[in-house]
Amino acid sequence: MSQHVRVNPIACEAHGMCAELLPERITLDEWGYPIVDGTPLHGEELRHAQRAAQACPTFALLVERERERSRR
Amino acid sequence: MSSQLQSRIIEQPEAPAPQGGTLPRLLSGIGRHALDLDGHEAVHGPLPFAHDRGRWRRRERADALIEEVARAGLLGRGGAAFPMAKKMHAVAHGRGRAMLVANGAEGEPASAKDHTLLELLPHLVLDGATVAAEAVGADEAVIAVCESAETCADAIAIAIAEREGAGLAGGRGRGPALRLATVPTHYVAGQECALVNYLDGGPALPTFTPPLPFERGLARRPTLVSNVETLAHLALIARHGAQWFRSLGAPAQPGSALITLSGPVAHPGVYEIELGSSLASLIAAGGGATAGLRGVLLGGYAGSFVGAASLPNLALSDEHLAPHGARVGAGVVALLSEEACAVAETARLARWLADQSSRQCGPCVHGLDALAQALAGLSAGERQGERIEQLARLTARRGACGHPDGSVNVIMSAIEAFGEEFLEHARHGSCQACARPPELPLPHRPVEMLPARRRQARA
Repeated sequence: MSQHVRVNPIACEAHGMCAELLPERITLDEWGYPIVDGTPLHGEELRHAQRAAQACPTFALLVERERERSRR
Repeated sequence: MSSQLQSRIIEQPEAPAPQGGTLPRLLSGIGRHALDLDGHEAVHGPLPFAHDRGRWRRRERADALIEEVARAGLLGRGGAAFPMAKKMHAVAHGRGRAMLVANGAEGEPASAKDHTLLELLPHLVLDGATVAAEAVGADEAVIAVCESAETCADAIAIAIAEREGAGLAGGRGRGPALRLATVPTHYVAGQECALVNYLDGGPALPTFTPPLPFERGLARRPTLVSNVETLAHLALIARHGAQWFRSLGAPAQPGSALITLSGPVAHPGVYEIELGSSLASLIAAGGGATAGLRGVLLGGYAGSFVGAASLPNLALSDEHLAPHGARVGAGVVALLSEEACAVAETARLARWLADQSSRQCGPCVHGLDALAQALAGLSAGERQGERIEQLARLTARRGACGHPDGSVNVIMSAIEAFGEEFLEHARHGSCQACARPPELPLPHRPVEMLPARRRQARA
């Protein structure tokens, strides 16, 4: 099942770690908040995404399965 | 009362009697004071099965009602137009005992329809809450009302006591327990997650989803959160059935709807219309326009502006409004007079919307504030067009709730509808009409009413 990254915008405090660790998927807006490419992660990207999620000081970066996302 | 509408004259448009259906439905029997239980039952008859709960105990019976609602095609009237039966089914078949929340937290400043129902027709709302609670298998229904709407809260409290006295509510073998809850009055408090969060003892702020309340809501149970007008329609569908409901309205959006009409009309107020009827007939029911019209804001403050050129042909259903980028939404029809400056009105609205952010999500806090600044700049003669488009992209769909999306939508719809005026202002600065008093009803609510920002966002 494919996985993707998503940000919890309430938890996010714009530390910007995710953009450092997952630049292929995340850029920062002018206020420092992540702009996320939420398309499915492939191969190495998944490992990088998981590392970025673990490094987030507020646990705001989520690596989710497609199923969880579709309920929104 | 959250609404600034000066006049709350309740008038019913003359019924055009199309396809056998007649108006008013919800507003039948409305007067200057709350309709009591006897009066309510004299108008609508008693609620079916109200004294025969055994019939509700059976899941099949409840499912049959949900199917009837599906056949009726009732769509939510809080703004999102979500199919009611779908929500009911999900909650009824969710894990654990269901809960019901009647959402009367009408934070939309240009809307007075929910407060009108709560204040003057409380038993219709409570009938709907009772039916919905029974259908999804909830023992308890919470009626949520803005704390500032004291007359509404009083009317509901009295009506609940009346029903308990008549053996129609209170749990333990009678109808579901009905409970009144007052909630903070800010704009996003009526968002369903914020509402459930508050009723559960948290702050009245939106939450990160999923889970949505239908999966895990009040007390972590599957919770049906439904607008009070939707519940009022449900009360009548339970009595008269799907076919009756569909005898008015548009095929894809059946029934009647409550509309809050404001702006330059003789009698601003709450009207019940047939969905799909013309804007012109609504204005006529409101005693006619008292000035030339520049445009209209439809749906609510998260809705869309439509310019004057389209007004003569507008019909009030989502299908008709789609080509104009608008929706019926929460039933707001706020007319703008020809004397109004659409740019100044939009700039004020943008500032108000930015101030209504619950200040939880960075893109909403910063994006809406920057948008409001850019619009203020534009109305004073700065070329901000590209900046506004950039900010719209940076702000929409990046919050936990729909507030940034709705705010961006209404701002961009104004630029679309009043493009010439925006260009004029960007070139030549403010116009004479900029200084006119505001026409859109915006409450001057102090921002301190919002809970303090939990964290300082770091830019």
